Amino acid sequence: MTKTTAQPKRARQKPEKADLSSEAKSPVNADLTKDQHTKFYTDMVRIRRFEERSLRAYQQGKIAGFLHLYIGQESIAVGCVSLMDENDHIITAYRDHGHALAVGMGMDECMAELYGKATGCSKGKGGSMHYFDPSKRYWGGHGIVGGQTPLGAGLAYALKYKEIEGCALCFLGDGAINQGAFHESLNLAALWDLPVVYIVENNGYSMGTSQERSSAHPDAGIAARAEGYKMNWAHINGESIFDVREGVSAAMKLAKSDSKPSLLEIHTYRYQGHSIADANHKKYRTKEEIEDYRKNHDPVSLYRDYLIDAKLLDEEGVKEIDQAAKAEAEASAQFAEESPFPPEEDILKDVYWEEDNPDQKTSGGRIFFND
Amino acid sequence: MPEITYRQALKDAMIDELERDENVVIIGEEVAQYNGAYKVTEGLLKRFGPKRIVDAPISEAGFIGMGIGASMLGIRPVMELMFWSFAYVAWDQIINNAASVRYMSGGLINVPIVIRGPANGGTGVGATHSHTPENFIANTPGLKVVCPASPYDAKGLMKSAIRDNDPVYVMESTIMYNDKGEVPDDDYVVPIGQADVKREGSDLSLIAHGPSVLVCLEAANVLSSEHGIEAEVVDLRSIRPLDEETIINSVKKTNRAVLVEENKPFCGVGSQISHTIQSQAFDYLDAPIQRASALDAPAIYSPPLEKKQLPKADVVIKKALEIC
Ligand SMILES: Cc1ncc(C[n+]2csc(CCOP(=O)(O)OP(=O)(O)O)c2C)c(N)n1
Ligand SMILES: [Mg+2]
Repeated sequence: MTKTTAQPKRARQKPEKADLSSEAKSPVNADLTKDQHTKFYTDMVRIRRFEERSLRAYQQGKIAGFLHLYIGQESIAVGCVSLMDENDHIITAYRDHGHALAVGMGMDECMAELYGKATGCSKGKGGSMHYFDPSKRYWGGHGIVGGQTPLGAGLAYALKYKEIEGCALCFLGDGAINQGAFHESLNLAALWDLPVVYIVENNGYSMGTSQERSSAHPDAGIAARAEGYKMNWAHINGESIFDVREGVSAAMKLAKSDSKPSLLEIHTYRYQGHSIADANHKKYRTKEEIEDYRKNHDPVSLYRDYLIDAKLLDEEGVKEIDQAAKAEAEASAQFAEESPFPPEEDILKDVYWEEDNPDQKTSGGRIFFND
Repeated sequence: MPEITYRQALKDAMIDELERDENVVIIGEEVAQYNGAYKVTEGLLKRFGPKRIVDAPISEAGFIGMGIGASMLGIRPVMELMFWSFAYVAWDQIINNAASVRYMSGGLINVPIVIRGPANGGTGVGATHSHTPENFIANTPGLKVVCPASPYDAKGLMKSAIRDNDPVYVMESTIMYNDKGEVPDDDYVVPIGQADVKREGSDLSLIAHGPSVLVCLEAANVLSSEHGIEAEVVDLRSIRPLDEETIINSVKKTNRAVLVEENKPFCGVGSQISHTIQSQAFDYLDAPIQRASALDAPAIYSPPLEKKQLPKADVVIKKALEIC
């Protein structure tokens, strides 16, 4: 983790190559048990295999609309969620499958949601961009760029109001930082000392627009905008789950003990197009760039290599984890396939709380206007 | 006459106007280097260069408001919203500033801006991405809103919109971008505020706009072949201004009306048209006016249910048979 006020550099200049074996020794990482490592690694692999399977399902025409894949960014969701306790909450944008699996939502319900089935996490009502599971303190899955950022401040506000020592992790993309609502949220968070951690997953592009083409003053990077609000900020190298954990845990601590917000920028990369419909994704960036990230900066491979070097896992173990993840993903596709679609009358359910709880109706008059 | 797609027709209109008027600029997300999220602006950067075709960051309130300000000084910005669903983050600019500046300045200022992009459901993108806000726009004096449903109308209305001295919001449809139709090469316009009878009929008027026009044409064919009912299909094309005359003439001829739209029923476009008909052609009605709108809930994702939520031909036929 580096703080770059003194020597600003271009944001999409790659951070120095991560050194997992030394980062593993930092205080938040040093005491991780073998089981914990295995769980984190397994979760990263599960996300990747789940999404690869969903990509196939999309290509088979089982999934409608958009499918934004998280492949390449897995260390961020898993690293961040690994730090959450029962008072911490999470909210993100439409690239939301990784965060969902990381908080413990099942592959079955996640895949079924993509298929639009009644067994999906949102009963088939939300789709890929709109996963939710409040029981896991996972507040979505939001389709409008930047739309979740005031909500993140709101989760933090509620925690503070209720005097709960927890924080809200609010994820967004490098393109979303240019939404007005985000700037307003930063100001509110700083002004009112809200325990929210804004985590920009900087994968270099918003659709086909590189960060240099969308954001003023790219040299300072994204997180430095926090200076304008006198807010804590840091740059983190997403290829290393250890760097993610170290940087984010410091910000969470600040949120929880001092009720102070942070703005973190995590350098990462998406291998797939913006969504599966993005046929241009090899035009606005080079094949070499994609290959370089896959080969040299892949968070899953780097973690695996570290675990093998450190004798926390052997080749056999790696293979088992991978096969189990593939089998689980395959089974989830089967589950989704066999699940029923929601019944037609579900279209009109879940619109109003009082309509779904008629014994506690609070208003009179007509509320739906279907003839 | 050449057959071109709806998408190409929109682009041809923009090319004509970019060539005709040096103050026309195109601004939006991914419109230039990426060639448009839906390829409506494909090739324009190459042809007109980066001064005229401008990629914007994801800052709709900022760049649309900027377009409104620039239009006050005589620029004619054509702003693309990747989806009209994203208009809501810029609502103050779109509804408040664009619509009120002329009024509040006592007519000293005008705002010749165009905002365009797709506004339709039915593509599996869920509640946040499936909005059809033409009814909100039409509810706002100072704004104009058009919804072309054919390649011919797309070109003609887009050209009118760009030449208009007031804000004109053009609602397109991702579902229609690939539809082909005959479009003249020449410099024609479709005047804003003129409906079009897309199919003549004597027994019933189906009144619609946007993708619902295609649904009505499909329903009309079935009504004719299976039920011997000849439906007239009135394509509003423009919601505000509204061509009341064409609506009333059609109803006077057929004495029955079904109003079809993808909007939700409450305060949808059909509510206003229903009022227009009952107040101007009450004595001509032989049956209550029927409406077919989207089922009254946020847009559901689940693909087979989404199809049920939007008024398709089967619903229109059912409504028609109830009054014929
Ligand atoms: C208000 C709004 N404008 C535009 C879009 C269309 N859109 C969806 S994602 C996206 C790019 C966002 O990029 P970034 O924030 O970097 O996130 P990433 O996709 O890289 O995860 C755009 C333009 C939208 N969903 N909402
Ligand atoms: Mg991005």
